[in-house]
Amino acid sequence: MINPTAPQAIAALLTDRMLELRASRRRALVCYVTAGHPDRAASIALVQGIADAGADVIELGVPFSDPVADGPVIQASSQRALDGGMTLDRTLEIAAAAAVRVPLVLFSYLNPLLASGADVLIRSRDAGISGILVTDLPVGADPEREQWIGGGPLAFVRLVAPTTPVERMAAIASHGSGFVYLISRLGVTGARDDLPVDLPATVARLRGVCSLPICVGFGVSTPTQARAVAHLADGVVVGSALVQAAERSVDEAVAFVRSLRAALDGA
Amino acid sequence: MTGHASETGRFGVYGGQYVPETLIPALDELTAAFDAAVKDSAFMDTLNGMLSTYVGRPSPLSEAPRLSERVGARVLLKREDLNHTGAHKINNALAQALLAQRMGKRRIIAETGAGQHGVATATACARLGLDCVVYMGEEDMRRQELNVFRMRLMGAEVIPVTSGTRTLKDATSEAIRDWVGSCDHSHYIIGSVVGPAPYPRMVRDLQSIIGREARAQVLERVGRLPRSVVACIGGGSNAIGIFHAFVADADVQLIGVEAAGKGLDTEEHSASLLRGKPGVLHGTLSYLLQDEQGQVHPAHSVSAGLDYPGVGPEHAWLKDSGRAEYVACTDADALAAFGLMGRLEGVIPALETAHAVAWMLAQRGRWTADEPVLLCVSGRGDKDVAQVAKTEALNQ
Ligand SMILES: Cc1ncc(COP(=O)(O)O)c(C=O)c1O
Repeated sequence: MINPTAPQAIAALLTDRMLELRASRRRALVCYVTAGHPDRAASIALVQGIADAGADVIELGVPFSDPVADGPVIQASSQRALDGGMTLDRTLEIAAAAAVRVPLVLFSYLNPLLASGADVLIRSRDAGISGILVTDLPVGADPEREQWIGGGPLAFVRLVAPTTPVERMAAIASHGSGFVYLISRLGVTGARDDLPVDLPATVARLRGVCSLPICVGFGVSTPTQARAVAHLADGVVVGSALVQAAERSVDEAVAFVRSLRAALDGA
Repeated sequence: MTGHASETGRFGVYGGQYVPETLIPALDELTAAFDAAVKDSAFMDTLNGMLSTYVGRPSPLSEAPRLSERVGARVLLKREDLNHTGAHKINNALAQALLAQRMGKRRIIAETGAGQHGVATATACARLGLDCVVYMGEEDMRRQELNVFRMRLMGAEVIPVTSGTRTLKDATSEAIRDWVGSCDHSHYIIGSVVGPAPYPRMVRDLQSIIGREARAQVLERVGRLPRSVVACIGGGSNAIGIFHAFVADADVQLIGVEAAGKGLDTEEHSASLLRGKPGVLHGTLSYLLQDEQGQVHPAHSVSAGLDYPGVGPEHAWLKDSGRAEYVACTDADALAAFGLMGRLEGVIPALETAHAVAWMLAQRGRWTADEPVLLCVSGRGDKDVAQVAKTEALNQ
């Protein structure tokens, strides 16, 4: 259990965990789940189960009605969660109820955050969230709101895309904390059979201008792929494939995370 | 005053580029390409040549004597319905298709609600030999069957969108998703003054030909500026298109008519400016129909082209600054005006336009009989005839 009287410790959890992993030369396994999917109770069990199964970081997706960066699997999970009454506030309740030691990153579109009010970052920290990632708030898009989030109590994870020029990569890295999320390919989230051929070059370009740990996501869907990515980067993010497993059962999702962990540790 | 937004991509606080990181370089490229193209006289000559010999511009300004009598003003119709393909949408679609060609992008993506923007884009792509993919909500494909057929006739691929409300909002999300995965070789032609910068400014500039022509035509015909300029508001492109030339004319009232659907006090309308709150959808900050949790609230309108929960950021700014006035009209009133305008003037307007007509009909007494009032006839109603016939049969 997290000590609820030490909010600063919660906020530092993500950064500390990434540094620890780097020091011990281990690769981070970052797992995405949609809050409230398949339902509220299963969602809590899922967060706890994948924490125990070896996830280093858990991204907790806030379902949004119009997720333009997401493919069919995460769209469907978001819709199912919304149909079940999931909200940002209830996402924070799931985080608090799960009470895991693994750092949690809130993964949201901007509009639910704006609607939730200025204290949402503090409420998130109080619920045990360490970091935040906002899909549709790229660096430089809205300095005032970026300052609001970046100056708040959570680590602010920023995204780099394969289309991002190297000078912009440097700017993104300097505005982020926790880790940098590298989108592996052009396109929305969704499991794929192969890794993009230019991924090593993209990681190398980013590495040259970024001192933060780099986690690669979008399309990583099997232990073999995860292991291949782990050779290139500091961590790997698995989303759609895990959500798909969770759609079938919590047990299946947990078993999948265990297989990913084993693949990374053997890497 | 005109909120140019070329530097910041914003109109006051509204607008912006709230998109996945992947699209930022594509939007930067598009901004640079558009700004260079409009300064290139060869490009502008090609565009203006095609607007004249292919689209049929300038569109006429028609008197509307019998409608004028009902309204109690001198109503002047800016006839965008007479453009090739039947609506104002071609002004934007053709110019952006030319821009895509100039940028070396041979695949075009579009979203469509009423199908008019999809038809306009399919048309421009056929003319220029570009590949065309149009996303359209399943519900809209049902409402606008004729336009689906027209798009396919011209070689476009029409992809049904089955997520969410199966209307324009979801078609737009799907088009954005396509672009996130294809921006290295595809151009996204958005159909209204919505989306991330530079789209709201670019589409406004491309549609502002409506108001430039109309302002000169009214001055020449009547010898004075119109008292009011009236247009319907979906995303807001025909309205901004006709407003823009008049923004600096402080005595000209700019009036945008939103869709009140089943009533402004019901949950079923599309009146983003009148009933929404500022929020972020499809890359832009503007008025948005949403719940307290920031989830987008589905819009409703009998007219597929107005059925959108957001609105262009420049309208949000014109509303807050008080320069434009926004009002609304219900499905029922729009349907009545649709038939009435046909009987009075021999002009069957698009259901979208019918909203603006209906609002004017309810304003008798606002103007004097000789005061010129300019109405943007954004499109023709051929596409709506089958749907209206069905609705009338149901009501009998
Ligand atoms: C004829 C017509 N008018 C108006 C609209 C609404 O769009 P906007 O507000 O961008 O002009 C549409 C959209 O499909 C349309 O087809």
